[in-house]
Amino acid sequence: MIGGYVITILITVVIYAILAHSLNIITGHAGQISLGHAAFFGIGAYSSALLYTEAGLPFWISVPLAAVVSGFIGALLGIPCLRVRDDFLAITTMGINFVVEAVFLYIPFFGGAMGIGGINLPRWFGREMTKPEYFFLIVMVFLLLLLLDRRLGRSWIGLAWASIREDEQSAEAMGVDVVRFKVMAFILGSSIAGLAGGFYAHFLTFIMPQNFGFGQSILILCMVVFGGIGTRWGPILGAIILGILPEISRPIMEYRTLVYGLLLLAMMRFQPGGLLGAESILPKFLRMVLRRS
Amino acid sequence: MLWQQLANGIAIGSVYALISLGLTMVYGILRILHVAHAGIYALGAYIGWIAFRLIGEFWLSLFIGMAGSALAGYLVERFLYTPLLHLPRIAPLIVSIGLFIVMEEAFRIIAGPHTLVYNARVGIGDLSVGNFHLTETQILILLVTLVILIFLWTFLTRSRTGLAMRACAMDAETASSFGVNVNGVIAVNFLIGSAMAGAAGVLIGVYDNQVWPTMGSIPAYKALAIVVLGGLGNIPGTVIASLVVGLAETFFIGVLAIPFPRDAVAFIAMILVLMFKPYGLLGKA
Repeated sequence: MIGGYVITILITVVIYAILAHSLNIITGHAGQISLGHAAFFGIGAYSSALLYTEAGLPFWISVPLAAVVSGFIGALLGIPCLRVRDDFLAITTMGINFVVEAVFLYIPFFGGAMGIGGINLPRWFGREMTKPEYFFLIVMVFLLLLLLDRRLGRSWIGLAWASIREDEQSAEAMGVDVVRFKVMAFILGSSIAGLAGGFYAHFLTFIMPQNFGFGQSILILCMVVFGGIGTRWGPILGAIILGILPEISRPIMEYRTLVYGLLLLAMMRFQPGGLLGAESILPKFLRMVLRRS
Repeated sequence: MLWQQLANGIAIGSVYALISLGLTMVYGILRILHVAHAGIYALGAYIGWIAFRLIGEFWLSLFIGMAGSALAGYLVERFLYTPLLHLPRIAPLIVSIGLFIVMEEAFRIIAGPHTLVYNARVGIGDLSVGNFHLTETQILILLVTLVILIFLWTFLTRSRTGLAMRACAMDAETASSFGVNVNGVIAVNFLIGSAMAGAAGVLIGVYDNQVWPTMGSIPAYKALAIVVLGGLGNIPGTVIASLVVGLAETFFIGVLAIPFPRDAVAFIAMILVLMFKPYGLLGKA
């Protein structure tokens, strides 16, 4: 059977994959740079934790509600931000991240620096889920989200997002309601991040404000661009690589962050499309191999 | 008490202005969010510290710190940003974040994780008038900032290069078609902006009496908030926003004693202002 250590890493990676996927909707599909995605991850985690410990709702209700709360707050904060110039969104979302973290840290209702504990893994068939079962539950949910993403990509919404990403002014001139579609992407991305937050809280059983800081937002963004921004599988690959990297690089603990920074720098400088970007070496190589065979 | 807080706020605001001005100038021309600017600021502090250790003369070490930062800023522009300008704007942003992480780690690995004492004295002495008290380092900050701001203003409004810089910030393509050397202007832009960040690093090093590897972390994002508050790319707006944030921090934390993180003040000010003026204090649509 899979050991406890491995299953912990697997669950963490799949949660990161969901986060990277949700940010990819905002940044990859609709082209809006968000530097505060961890805020919505945190809002989801705190909502589900509070709904579970304070309101006594079971996991199966608290986690979907957490997604709704995150989406709602995303709408509330996103609408004023998305009306202004695109670079403003990057910085205002960053600001939102700092303010949300400060709220968790300084308001006693949210547990302050001690965070919230006593959250448990979900129950089914009259017993608590085991970790491998929980892992498969999250994977199933993620597959459903990917199916939804595929459907959206082929719909009007997907086309509208692509047009905004490529050229906002032209999209507007063609009659696309730019603000509405941007807000839609932001709400969808935020609520999926909230869902991931719910899964995360019930997995860790204990959450703290520091889990949802600016550094976390940057990590999620790096996963997206590292794997290939705007592609379906790139962010997932990025989440797998950057999620496992800290574990396999334990021997070089001292230089871990340096390696991570260098990797990011080199990647963007020489392969700005990411690992799976359309113009990058890896997909070109794969296509070449496939053509040969 | 009130006057004292006012002086403290203006001193802190001046340093914010020195950091943020480079950022807003870079944004004005290249439309890049230059996060690694805070790395250049910390680099300036480290170079200034080393120079002070070797020479023992503050003014010369300040100058060396500024020159080192200017050179580093120029190299970043030439080898990292310029090749990426044709890409979507997220590419230079991620490069900038990556570079900032690398710089902080390099400081930690090379100079050690602990703080280094930076006890430079200039010999101006403290100034006391009644209850009003200015420390030597505060006078130093105000003096250096004032000189740099006057220089920047004269340069931008009186010299041909300054005129070219303002033209490029408005519309680089049109400026280029009128014979302005845009690449040269971008280089000068990075040199001046980075030198100012280096000066800010040295000044904060002396003010806090220390330099440390993560000293750029908070300025990295606070300066972005200030720049947006002032209206991205707007130079007078940035100076005003810096002073507003410096004063707001000192007043909210020092006078009203609100138990709130000092570093979130800039963002709250930014979000509040953007609600009513979506393009910042002095920004135009």
